[in-house]
Amino acid sequence: MMFPALAHAVAAESIRVGALALDREHAIEMAGDLLVAGGRATPEYSQQMLDALAEHGPYMVIAPGLALVHGRPSEAVLETGLSLLTLAQPVVFGNQANDPVRLVIGLCAFDHSSHIEMMQELAMFLMNDANVNLLLNAVNSEQIRELF
Amino acid sequence: MQSILNRFESSSKLACDNKGMKIIAVCGMGIGTSVLLKMNAEKVLRQLELEATVEAASLEIARASRDAQIILTTPDLVPQLQGLPSEVIAIEHFFDLEEITEKLSKSLL
Repeated sequence: MMFPALAHAVAAESIRVGALALDREHAIEMAGDLLVAGGRATPEYSQQMLDALAEHGPYMVIAPGLALVHGRPSEAVLETGLSLLTLAQPVVFGNQANDPVRLVIGLCAFDHSSHIEMMQELAMFLMNDANVNLLLNAVNSEQIRELF
Repeated sequence: MQSILNRFESSSKLACDNKGMKIIAVCGMGIGTSVLLKMNAEKVLRQLELEATVEAASLEIARASRDAQIILTTPDLVPQLQGLPSEVIAIEHFFDLEEITEKLSKSLL
């Protein structure tokens, strides 16, 4: 296993491929639902991620086609984790440099430090374009989990 | 032997020149995007042989800080980081080390 912290962070129930999102809010809600399904957050966390978007704008689209959506550590976070959502149709977030979004990564962190190892692996993973393409082209969640 | 000494001298000079320099990587919350930006900025600084502390921080914390030479962030957050003594550098693609290298070099070298 090349990315053990990622494998631990992404529950099998927290992956969805080829989802249809109506707009950016819908995509963020789905990423939140996946964190809930994986037992990492409560449904309130989705609203906290939407609040972050409303407050700070679409800054979370940090690379072409890739959004990292998250809120603050809060009572809505049960355990540090990630969700992965690939979109069947790209969605516009309003980010000039990196729109439209095809891959949404939901993040919930229990505190400010316990997720650092996971983030290091996430950075290494996403740095490699081949990994990102494999992720985007996966047809089921097993194919994605095999990448870790 | 002499060349090794020279190399040691030049690298320690560089390290010394930038000693204590502080860079803040900023996102809305200080736990997600800023952490990724911090990691990639550290990688670039190592390649450039520059010594600096890079901290990940929320907008709120960054706005209250006065001791950072550089603030790294995304273009969308630049308007919220005006009026600080730090130079604000916007990074569009967080995983493009060339972009980070180019922008940091322009500012630091």
